[in-house]
Amino acid sequence: MTKIFETPLYPYQRSPDQDTGAATRHPVVVIGAGPVGLAAAIDLAQQNIPVVVLDDNDKVSFGSRAICFAKRPLEILDRLGCGEPMVEKGVRWDTGRVFFDEAETYSFSLLNETGHKKPAFINLQQYYFEEYLVNRLRELQAEGKPVDLRGENKVTALADNGDHVRLEVDTPEGPYLLEADWLIAADGANSPTRRMLGHDFAGRVFEDNFLIADVIMEADFPSERWFWFDPPFNRGQSALLHKQPDNVWRIDLQLGWDIDREQEMKPENVIPRLKAMLGEEAKFELEWVSIYTFQCRRMERFRYGRTLFVGDAAHQVSPFGARGANSGLQDTDNLAWKLKLVLEGVADERLLDSYSYERVYGAEENILNSTRSTDFITPKSDQSRIFRDAVLTLAQEHAFARPLVNSGRLSVPCTYDGSALNGPDDANLPNATRPGAPLKDAESGSGWLLDRVGNQFQLLTFNAHAPDVVNVDGIKISRLDLPASDDLNARYLGDAKSAVYLIRPDQHIAARWLEFDEAAVKAALNTAIGK
Amino acid sequence: MLTTKPNLSNPDDFYANLLHAHEDLSKAESDALNARLILLLANHIGNAEVLNQALKASQPRKDTP
Repeated sequence: MTKIFETPLYPYQRSPDQDTGAATRHPVVVIGAGPVGLAAAIDLAQQNIPVVVLDDNDKVSFGSRAICFAKRPLEILDRLGCGEPMVEKGVRWDTGRVFFDEAETYSFSLLNETGHKKPAFINLQQYYFEEYLVNRLRELQAEGKPVDLRGENKVTALADNGDHVRLEVDTPEGPYLLEADWLIAADGANSPTRRMLGHDFAGRVFEDNFLIADVIMEADFPSERWFWFDPPFNRGQSALLHKQPDNVWRIDLQLGWDIDREQEMKPENVIPRLKAMLGEEAKFELEWVSIYTFQCRRMERFRYGRTLFVGDAAHQVSPFGARGANSGLQDTDNLAWKLKLVLEGVADERLLDSYSYERVYGAEENILNSTRSTDFITPKSDQSRIFRDAVLTLAQEHAFARPLVNSGRLSVPCTYDGSALNGPDDANLPNATRPGAPLKDAESGSGWLLDRVGNQFQLLTFNAHAPDVVNVDGIKISRLDLPASDDLNARYLGDAKSAVYLIRPDQHIAARWLEFDEAAVKAALNTAIGK
Repeated sequence: MLTTKPNLSNPDDFYANLLHAHEDLSKAESDALNARLILLLANHIGNAEVLNQALKASQPRKDTP
């Protein structure tokens, strides 16, 4: 059987740009057609910003790689027009189970709040994720949207010339030149763009190796996340079992630091490890095996001149918590609307510095969480192991110890507290929907709130008078007034009688008041676009 | 606020019970018991400010020359 990741999805095709004899200028060039680069391209293209995506390969991700996609990124994908196929194909899960030594310690549910369209998490192989993004991009192309995906186009040199970036691109038919008003670097943790432009990527390296084996097997384990600390089949280390579509199971075994990676990757060494875990009689087939070490690090800024770094190119975390691809999708969610306003001349390019501020803030949160998880999973001293084991021992009997168990703090969206784009707040309204926070979904009348919001500035009003449209220097703010529901009231009103929310194009809250005031809304809009 | 004034109704009983809990335990078992005890007491206290004051008060004393 030919796997999707063995089939070229965007084979090399000659572009007219290769025959002009000069460098063709494009508003936006994206380097990298992984999940984050493709999301950036779709976001821009569906808002009619011309975009060219360059990738040195022509296939989707090799192997499953990222598999856990969280609620907020799924909401973003809905805005990008491709959330549904992901959720349909993905395995929904909301229960985690923790084992210590030979016994189950406890289980937990991620569904602490109902009334959201999207599930807390789905598991989906990265190759499907990328395939569905490519499908969406093709759909946009068929609608005439200005997006071009160029396989086997490898960027070999870069220069930021102040008002554009100049790129040298190599192809199977030789090199050509391109210019971009703005460059989005989505070329992964080893970002050649970052290296060519000479930027640092500092952080902490963790001295540990993890074996990932994705196996195909018929098994009756439930759709849950199972995590073992110090199990009999992997003494002194951890293990993880997680279900993906098509009977593919993700197995993650901690190996420690002093190992021979080449040896450990060999099937004759991998299979006995898996049999020790799954039982001698387990029938499975290896789909993909990899060994990884990890680092928690980020670039100092995510904007350098005309280049914007997104996803793993900008920041890297341990996989525990699923904060890699999930945070990358929040990067492009944050960036696309800002770039659009800058390209259209509505906002000053300073607005792009707020991309760096807000997403560095998000990256710091992810690095903090992922570092703490790693310190729990891999104790760095005898004493930290003693406390870790004490927590796990107590957790079996005592509920108080369970929140201390850290097998990964699973990705939740970032609230941009302290951002210069945030406008006024009113303390009478619920804390969770303060300025900087993403909207919390809720059912309203016949549909979902988040299906009716996004890609533009909007006023969300509750029991408050406001005009249908407010115009501010070329930006149209349209009003949305939804029929009341218990969830809407709880999430947006709390104890207040009325409320007016200014919503950004990325579905984050810019400002809020108890009543509509035109001057206040106009001022908050200007704040939200960096004026 | 962390209480550092005498607060145990019977200090000698508590001290004896503490030693008794560790009797016949190996060093590793004792270390594990201490860790569980700290976690149980920390949760009972709950207050972050008090816990931080206790963490600070329990630091080794720096000898002044």
